[in-house]
Amino acid sequence: MTALEVWTPVCALTALIPGRGVAALLAHGEQVAIFLTADGTVHALSNVDPFSGAAVLSRGLVGDLGGVPVVASPMHKQHFDLTTGSCVDDPAVSVAVYPVRIEDGTILVGGP
Amino acid sequence: MRTLVVAGNGPVGHRLVESLREKDLTGEWRVAVFAEESRPAYDRVALTSYVDTWDPVALQLDGATYDGDDLVDLHLGDPVVSIDREARQVLTRGGACVDYDALVLATGSYPFVPPVPGHDLPGCHVYRTIEDLDAIRASVRAAAEKAGQGRRAALVVGGGLLGLEAAKALRDMGLSPHVVELAPRLMPLQVDDGGGGLLRMLIERLDVTVHPGTGTQSIEADRGRLLAKLGNGTELDVDLVVFSAGVRPRDELARTAGLAVGQRGGVAVGTDCVTSDPDIYAIGECACVDGTVYGLVAPGNAMAEVVADRLLGGQATFASGDTSTKLKLLGVDVASFGDAHASTEGALEVVFNDAVAGTYKKLVVSDDAKTLLGGVLVGDAAQYPLLRPLVGRDLPGDPAAMIAPSGGAAAVGIGALPDEAQVCSCNAVTKGAINGAITEGCTDVPGLKACTKAGTTCGSCVPMLKQLLSAAGVEQSNALCEHFPQKRAELFEILRSTGIHTFSELVSRYGTGSGCDICKPAVASMLASLGNGHVLDGEQAALQDTNDHFLANIQRNGTYSVVPRIPGGEITPEKLMVIAQVAQDFGLYTKITGGQRIDLFGATVDQLPEIWRRLVDAGFESGHAYGKALRTVKSCVGDTWCRYGVQDSVRLAIELELRYRGLRAPHKIKSAVSGCARECAEARSKDFGVIATEHGWNLYVGGNGGFTPRHAELFVSDVTTEELFRYIDRFLMFYVRTADRLQRTAAWVESLDGGIDHLRAVIVDDSLGICEDLDAAMAKHVESYADEWAGVLDDPAKLARFTSFVNAPGTPDPTISFREERGQPVPLGMPTAVTR
Repeated sequence: MTALEVWTPVCALTALIPGRGVAALLAHGEQVAIFLTADGTVHALSNVDPFSGAAVLSRGLVGDLGGVPVVASPMHKQHFDLTTGSCVDDPAVSVAVYPVRIEDGTILVGGP
Repeated sequence: MRTLVVAGNGPVGHRLVESLREKDLTGEWRVAVFAEESRPAYDRVALTSYVDTWDPVALQLDGATYDGDDLVDLHLGDPVVSIDREARQVLTRGGACVDYDALVLATGSYPFVPPVPGHDLPGCHVYRTIEDLDAIRASVRAAAEKAGQGRRAALVVGGGLLGLEAAKALRDMGLSPHVVELAPRLMPLQVDDGGGGLLRMLIERLDVTVHPGTGTQSIEADRGRLLAKLGNGTELDVDLVVFSAGVRPRDELARTAGLAVGQRGGVAVGTDCVTSDPDIYAIGECACVDGTVYGLVAPGNAMAEVVADRLLGGQATFASGDTSTKLKLLGVDVASFGDAHASTEGALEVVFNDAVAGTYKKLVVSDDAKTLLGGVLVGDAAQYPLLRPLVGRDLPGDPAAMIAPSGGAAAVGIGALPDEAQVCSCNAVTKGAINGAITEGCTDVPGLKACTKAGTTCGSCVPMLKQLLSAAGVEQSNALCEHFPQKRAELFEILRSTGIHTFSELVSRYGTGSGCDICKPAVASMLASLGNGHVLDGEQAALQDTNDHFLANIQRNGTYSVVPRIPGGEITPEKLMVIAQVAQDFGLYTKITGGQRIDLFGATVDQLPEIWRRLVDAGFESGHAYGKALRTVKSCVGDTWCRYGVQDSVRLAIELELRYRGLRAPHKIKSAVSGCARECAEARSKDFGVIATEHGWNLYVGGNGGFTPRHAELFVSDVTTEELFRYIDRFLMFYVRTADRLQRTAAWVESLDGGIDHLRAVIVDDSLGICEDLDAAMAKHVESYADEWAGVLDDPAKLARFTSFVNAPGTPDPTISFREERGQPVPLGMPTAVTR
C-alpha cells in the first residue's frame, strides 16, 4: 500500500455467497473481483482477465488447487491464486491483488 | 541419386513410399509415383465407410499427399502405360518418359465381372473405388426419384467379404440388398459351413436376403428397373446390381513388357518381390509370390516393407501371407485365421455352435491338440486378437476351454502371448515392440499408434494395446479431479443412492478440499439431471459455470448471447417479429445458428433479465444453448410440404425437443429428424438422429460434428414413434448416468465394452434389467421440466445477481464497447495484457 490509503466500501458481506464472486467499480474506473471462499475469507483481485482482456474474473468459479485458493477465469479457465494474484498455469502472468477489510459487516477494498 | 518409379498409388504403393522415405536417411532415392486415380492414396479397406460421410478426404491415408517432401513426386491421374526395360524407362498416359533405376509395380487388381448377359446395363456396378461408390449412389438416387412406392432393392453378385461390405453400404443407403453366392455359404474362403450358416441367419435378420448355392444367369432391363434371373429360378426386381465376385491382378503392364506372370495371373515374383527383371519389383494384389496372389492389405504391406528394405541394400524376404481376417459386417463379427478349413493333415476341429446366443466358434488344432492352427469365429470375435497371434504356437490350455461359452476369455490372456507374436498383423508389430514402446514412455493408445503404427490400419488390435498398457502398469486415472477419486459415473451413483443434494456434503463425505472448476460444474450437472430444482437454487448457484450461472453464453468481450428455444426450427412470423424487436431495442447482433435458432449477441448481465422478460412474455423459453444439455432437434420440412418426404419430421422434432428440453447431461446433446432418406436435416451428425422410412423411423446414435466429426450409427430400424421415444429415453438416461464428464455420446458409445451392440442389448433387450428405472427417470424429467428463465424472473433473489457491479447497479461495464460491421454491432478490440 502507498501512504495514501483509499478504502472503498463495496457491499455487505452477506451479499456474497461462498464460492462465487461479485464485481465492484472503484473510483478511477478500475474493476475488482471480490470472492468469499468456503472458509469465510474475502479476497479481491483485478476483475480483468489478462489472457482475454475482458473484465470477467468475478464470474469465475472459486475452488482450490492443491490447497491453494484459486479462481478459474470463465473465459479460458486459467487459474489465479486468490492470495497472490499469480496465474497457476503460467507463473509469468499475474493480476493485481487488492487489500480487503471488513467493518461492521461491510466489505471495503483498498486501492492506490 | 537414383530414381524409383512406382506404378500405382493404392495403400500398398503408398506404404512402400512411406517406408522407403522413412528409412532412406541419406536421400539415396528420388521417388516418382504414377497414379491412375485422381486422388491421393486412400484406405480401400474402409471403402464402405465412405457411405457414412461421402467425404473422400476422410478415407485419405496419412501422408498421402507427400506435402513437404521434395524427394517424392506424386502424379495423379497419370498412370504408367508401358515399360521399356531395355532403356529402363516408363511411358505415362500423359506422355511423360521417365527413366528409372528401379521400378515397382503396385497396380493392384480389378474387379472380376462374370460374363452374365446384361452385366453392362446401366445400373450395373463394381465395388472397388470411390468413383464406383459415387456411381452406385447416383443410381440409388435415380431410383429414388422414380415414381412408385415400395422399398428399393439391389442385387449383390458374390457373397464374399467384399459382397457383404457392398450389401452393408447398400443397406445404409436405404435399399434392401439381395446377395447371390455360388458357393453353398457366405464368405466361402473365410468360414466353414457351420459358421456360414450362422452368418446367414444373423445377416438375414438385418433385411439382407441371401441366395446361396446359385448364380446369376441374366440381367435384363425391365420397365425402368432391372430383372435378375438366378440359376435356381428366382427372379428379382432390383434397382441396381453390384458385382463383387472377386478381383483379378492388374498385370497387363508386366505382360506387355515380357515379364513372367503366374499361372492364374499376377506378376511372378519370389519372396524377394523381384520380378523376372532384377530392376523391377511387384507388390500387393498385382503380385504372385511363389504362385500365390494375396487379395488382402496385410500381405501387401509386408511386401512393401520387403522392397523398401531391399532398395536400401537389405535382404528382407516376404515370410508368409497372413490371410487372417476380422471384420464386422452389418454388426455381425466374423473372424477367420490360420488354417480355417482344417486342411492340415491330421488337424482336429473343436467347435461351439450356439444358435441361441448367435455365436459360432471353431478352433483348428494339431493332431496332438497342442498347437493352434487356425479358427473361425462368427457372432462374437472378441477372442480373435488373442487367438490369431497364437497360430502355430503351443496352446496355453485346453482348446475347448478357450472358446467355451463361459470362462473362455479368462483362459487366454495377453500374458500367454510370446514377445515375437504379432499383435498388429496389418503393420506387423509384435508384442515385444509394443512393450518396448511402453517401456520407452508411451502411456496411451494414441502414443502407441504414433510410435509403432500398431492399430492404425484396421484397429482390431486396439483392445490388445489397452491390455498391454495396463499389463505394464500404465493406468489411466479415472478420478474426476484432484478433489474426487471417483469417476463421474460413480459419483452419479453415489448421488442417486444416498440422496445427497449439495456439493458441500458430497465433497466432505466422498472427496477432499473445496472443489474446483472441474468438479463443481460436473456435480451441478448431475444434481440437475437428478432433479434438484432450479439450477440457481441455494448452493447450486455457486457451482455453475458462468454460462449456467447467467443462463447465457459468455462471449470474448464478457458480454453474453441469448438463444430462445425454437423447437424443431419452426417459428411463426409473430414470434420472429418479437425477436427482431428485442434485438433492435437492445442493440444486439443477430445471427442464425446451425441448429435452426436465432442467437442474439452482445447482452450485458444487467440486460439479460430485461431481454428475457420480453421473450418469456411472448411465449419463448430458455434454449439451453449455455448448458451441457439438450440443445436443438433440427428438422427438414417433412412430408407436410416436401414432395419427397415420407413422414412428418417437423412434428417429431418438436415432440422430441419438448420432451428432452432441459435435460442436463455430461455434454451437450444435439439431435435432428429427417423426413426421408435424403437426410436434409443431417441427422447422422447428431448425438441421436432420426430418419424417416416408409415403415417408421430409423434411429442413429453417437454422431457429432466438432473437432472430431463422427457419423451416428444405425441403432434400430423401422420403429414406431412410441418405440422411438422409449429407445431415446433410455439412450439418453443411460448416457447421463454412465458417461464421463464432457464425454459426447460418440466417445461414450465407443468406450462401452461391446460398443453399440452392448448398448442395443441394454436398451432394446434390457440385458441389465435397468430399463424400467431408466424409463421412470425420464418420465420424472419430462414431468418436472420448468423453464429456467421464467424461474429467474419470478425470483427477486436470483434476479439480483444479474448486475455488472455490486456497488453500482445499473452502471454498464465501461470496458465493453462496440463498433459496426455490416450494419450490426460487434465487439471493439480489447486491450490484452498477455499475448497467447
